[in-house]
Amino acid sequence: MMWAFLHKLASPQGFYALSARLSPWCWGLAACLIGGGMIWGLGFAPADYQQGNSFRIIYVHVPAALLAQSIYVAMALAGLVFLVWRVKLADMAATAMAPLGAGMTFLALFSGAVWGVPTWGTWWQWDARLTSMLILLFLYIGVLALRGALGTRQSAARAASVLTLVGVINIPIIKYSVEWWYTLHQPATFSVTSRPAMPAEMWLPLLVMVLGFYCLFLAVTLTRTRHEILRREASRRWVQALTGEGP
Amino acid sequence: MSRPERYAEPSGANRPLIAMMRRDLLLMMRSPGAWLNPLAFFALVITLFPVGISPAASVLSTLAPGLLWVAALLATLLSLEGMFRDDAEDGSLEQLLLAPQPLPLLVLARVAVHWVSTGLPLALMAPVLGIMLALPSGSYPMLMASLALGSAALSLIGAIGAALTIGVARGGILLSLLVLPLYVPVLIFGSGAVQAAIGGTPVAPHLALLGALLALALALAPWATAAALRISLNA
Repeated sequence: MMWAFLHKLASPQGFYALSARLSPWCWGLAACLIGGGMIWGLGFAPADYQQGNSFRIIYVHVPAALLAQSIYVAMALAGLVFLVWRVKLADMAATAMAPLGAGMTFLALFSGAVWGVPTWGTWWQWDARLTSMLILLFLYIGVLALRGALGTRQSAARAASVLTLVGVINIPIIKYSVEWWYTLHQPATFSVTSRPAMPAEMWLPLLVMVLGFYCLFLAVTLTRTRHEILRREASRRWVQALTGEGP
Repeated sequence: MSRPERYAEPSGANRPLIAMMRRDLLLMMRSPGAWLNPLAFFALVITLFPVGISPAASVLSTLAPGLLWVAALLATLLSLEGMFRDDAEDGSLEQLLLAPQPLPLLVLARVAVHWVSTGLPLALMAPVLGIMLALPSGSYPMLMASLALGSAALSLIGAIGAALTIGVARGGILLSLLVLPLYVPVLIFGSGAVQAAIGGTPVAPHLALLGALLALALALAPWATAAALRISLNA
């Protein structure tokens, strides 16, 4: 029963049918949560007593940074599933996630830079977190570039999976070595973490935003995986029956 | 009769390994460019810094540890492309994949030769360039030790990237994109060791962490490289 369900889920056709029902809900939920969180966070949450209104960037910055890291781990898990069990769907999902992850990493860096101007007085600071985030962006770019270079070859999926797994082992090593480097080289003048604990009316909208971003991730992944399925299975009979093309 | 004969000789298990290392070393000696070019590149890049930044010894000496490490890292990076390419082109890499010896072990032999032909010469040459950058005295042994230790990790990590990009035409820039982010921890602890030696703070933690990175790479990278080789060649 369980296995039959998993097999159906792991087949592109079964997933295509299931995701058709799921993805509108994900999109709707993401729109509600992000819309509500935006209005709550930008309009109604109290201003920070130190940073004033500029702290509201947190409502984009923190969810983007969380997603940036989660998506890489999700890609690595998908890569592992693909390498071990040869589930083609896992690689399709990993392909679908990668650009979103790179985008979220960029968004986190960009919103951090914008936030840095009023709080630190500079666009860029070689802070441990900024540096490891930048390296994460390069890791994403590497995976995207490898997929791009290998194109539609059979080996592209497996090569990208191996690279993602190597990357995910390195992420904690890079993170801690950069933190150590930072404490050695730079005085900890500014720290995002040393802010006083937030009151509930500030972090509740943040929680809503984080949940909204995860729903968005789910929705984007489902939709993009559906497109990827159609692209790769275009010569299959069920796809041709679906689109009304073919022999 | 031939089967038992093949397995009856336990001492012969690492003989192909030694034969392969000997062949790789011989090839390296016969094409001096393979190990001379990274050295020339290393010296050339180091020459660019005084020209581009400032010839003042006071400026250069503070930058020297980082500059030497970054230049050595780039020289290693450029030499990675040749690690499997020639063998892939003439088909001997396929023979390696078919060999009865475990592929990660053969990969390790290849990486060892790469380190002997790149990392070790770079470490030996670094003090000369250190003098030119006015690197404070007393840190020279640490420069060599950290480069020798760190470049072994660089060769191991780089082998994964080299194996993944075999099939890619003009894969050099792609290889750097894949490998450079992974080199960051080695760079941090490598140049950190030299800076600690200059500053008079304990160097042992830096060297220990470099060693830890090397041990981790030694344990994992040959397997990842072997998997990547199989993926690239099955295409």
